[in-house]
Amino acid sequence: MDTILTGLLLGGTYALIAVGLQLQYGVARIMNLANGEMLVAGAFGAFWFFSAYKLSPFLSVFVSVPLAFCLNWAIYRFLMLPLVRRAKSDGQLEVDSILSTFGLAFVAVGVMVAAFGGEYFSYDYLARAVRILDSPYGLNRVVAFCFSAAVCTALYVWLNRTRAGLRIRAISINPQAARLVGIDVQRLSAFAFAMGGALAAMGGASLSTFLTFDAFVGVIFTLKALVIVIMGGVTDMRGAILAAFILGLAETFVATHIDPGLTLAAAYALFMLVLLFRPQGIMGKRAS
Amino acid sequence: MKSNLFLKSMCLAVVGTSLSFGALQAADTVKIGAVAPKTGPLAAGAAITHWPNVQLWVTQVNARGGLKLKDGQKKIELIEYDDRTNPGETIKAVQRLATQDKADFILAPYGSGLNLAAAPIYAKYGYPQITSTSITDKVDELAKRYPGIFFTLGSTTTFAGAVADILKQMKDAGTIGNRVAMVNVADAFGIELANAARPIFEKAGLEIVYDKSYPLGTQDLSPVVKGAKESNPDAFVAWSYPPDTFGLTQEAKIQGLSTKAFYTAVATAFPSYGGKFGASAEGVLGAGGVNPDTPEMQAYFKAHQEITGKPADYWASPMVYATYQILEQAIEAVGSLDRAAVTDYIKKTTFQTIMGPIAFVNQNNEKFWTVGQWQGGKFYGVASTGRPGAKPVQAKSGW
Repeated sequence: MDTILTGLLLGGTYALIAVGLQLQYGVARIMNLANGEMLVAGAFGAFWFFSAYKLSPFLSVFVSVPLAFCLNWAIYRFLMLPLVRRAKSDGQLEVDSILSTFGLAFVAVGVMVAAFGGEYFSYDYLARAVRILDSPYGLNRVVAFCFSAAVCTALYVWLNRTRAGLRIRAISINPQAARLVGIDVQRLSAFAFAMGGALAAMGGASLSTFLTFDAFVGVIFTLKALVIVIMGGVTDMRGAILAAFILGLAETFVATHIDPGLTLAAAYALFMLVLLFRPQGIMGKRAS
Repeated sequence: MKSNLFLKSMCLAVVGTSLSFGALQAADTVKIGAVAPKTGPLAAGAAITHWPNVQLWVTQVNARGGLKLKDGQKKIELIEYDDRTNPGETIKAVQRLATQDKADFILAPYGSGLNLAAAPIYAKYGYPQITSTSITDKVDELAKRYPGIFFTLGSTTTFAGAVADILKQMKDAGTIGNRVAMVNVADAFGIELANAARPIFEKAGLEIVYDKSYPLGTQDLSPVVKGAKESNPDAFVAWSYPPDTFGLTQEAKIQGLSTKAFYTAVATAFPSYGGKFGASAEGVLGAGGVNPDTPEMQAYFKAHQEITGKPADYWASPMVYATYQILEQAIEAVGSLDRAAVTDYIKKTTFQTIMGPIAFVNQNNEKFWTVGQWQGGKFYGVASTGRPGAKPVQAKSGW
């Protein structure tokens, strides 16, 4: 029970890391390798608000997330759109976006080092125990989980119950056909990309409450998000969330009952199994 | 090299006057090279421990008017390179400093691995390499192979042994029992220390009841701390790196792992550790330590804060600075930029540094701090191999 709860808490964190990339890759078709850097930027934002104004990271997101949204919208509009227009096929866009966002990641790291310095950052927020079923858990992790659950649920409802969500899903499934039925693919792609960046910043803010970070850790989160999104199937948000929980549970189970040294191995073994037996991802549809 | 020589002799023949003018210009300053991570996994550590000291030392020397040589006082011209935490880049940067920038001296790189990687290049071009952030058990072997390398911070076995000594001392005093939970980061540093610790702990009569490793960059350390707690230990020892030092401490606090001896390795000596955990940090043991109360150290901490705008750590920071003092004193005593003479002088002399007197025996400083403890908001050395001023170790009383 203890293992399951710890795993669920970790899975919730992973879900928040991954949904941003899912939107950017699944809808806007940009494989954004700078996604982790946006997450770290969110962590820096939360850190800054907390140390300067003692503002809770879950409140400061109301300032930093709109900023992240605008920034990512601008990135899409000015850096990605030319690539989208130029691309003759999905494959070409993928290669181009990987290369350009890879470069963008370095720029982002440089900017963050210049602004905050290269040290380790961490602050003390809700770092006390809360007892659930008679085992102690970090309150900051529990709150981050609830935050993640709320964000993911809101996102899910928005995608499945609103017109805009329907349009987004249409683009995700087939951009060409979506254009034919009168959906402004370009505008909504920009919106999805910006939304993905905003979600990454939210993830960073909640992660920063319990993780020590520096300007260089982004790539770790990019990789994790990538694994989760590909495991879940790129076109479906539910897949990413499910994959995040599977990964969290598997890692915790291995760490508790086998050996903490094998968590990474377990994560990648799982990834390989999915790629071998369900290459389209857990919730993905087989390409016709 | 050949074309360079040819070019020089051409210059000498044709425009002799302008060359001598150029040479005069060049000799106005002493070129000092610095190579360390500004990006990559070790950049955060270097930003705390390494780079501020480079800035501090160069600023102070130039404020004094420069290095005093026989032909007058010369200011330092600093040339910095980012090695991106990549040993290949460290090697390239040192080579570039030696051949293209023609640096007079090159400060040692950051961290054990990068220092070892660059050692052959320092040796090849005859530069002294006074390391300050390198811990290895191969000191003798390396000193024989590279005549210009110096070690100051200690060896793996000594660090593991010192922790065993402290725990044994607490056990003999009846403060703790003999059950030790030991974890390590699955990286060269953590693995080497854990391997060194196992037989030493056993010999000290300590029983290792939990012994696990976790990968570098683990996001959730709670299973590790839970496992350690379930083994019902009297002492907790983690051969950890900065992010996990913070993570493990936080989890231990949350899970209520309240052993009377709690040790985390690298970063425990960082001011941000005391800053983050405040009163909870009290009694935490960690790698390193210093005696921060000597007038020299107090002056150092003050200058560090004033010139770099951030606090120094309580372990390697002052050692990094001390190695620059050694280099400075050796250059001034020799009175020229003769690298061989400076290296020779370093081998034979006892230097007065902020860490106290440092002398090299077979290119190794044998007197260093091994274990420190947070006491009253400062991180004091509680064990050393011959440094005076160690505080008695205290039992940790909860979080």
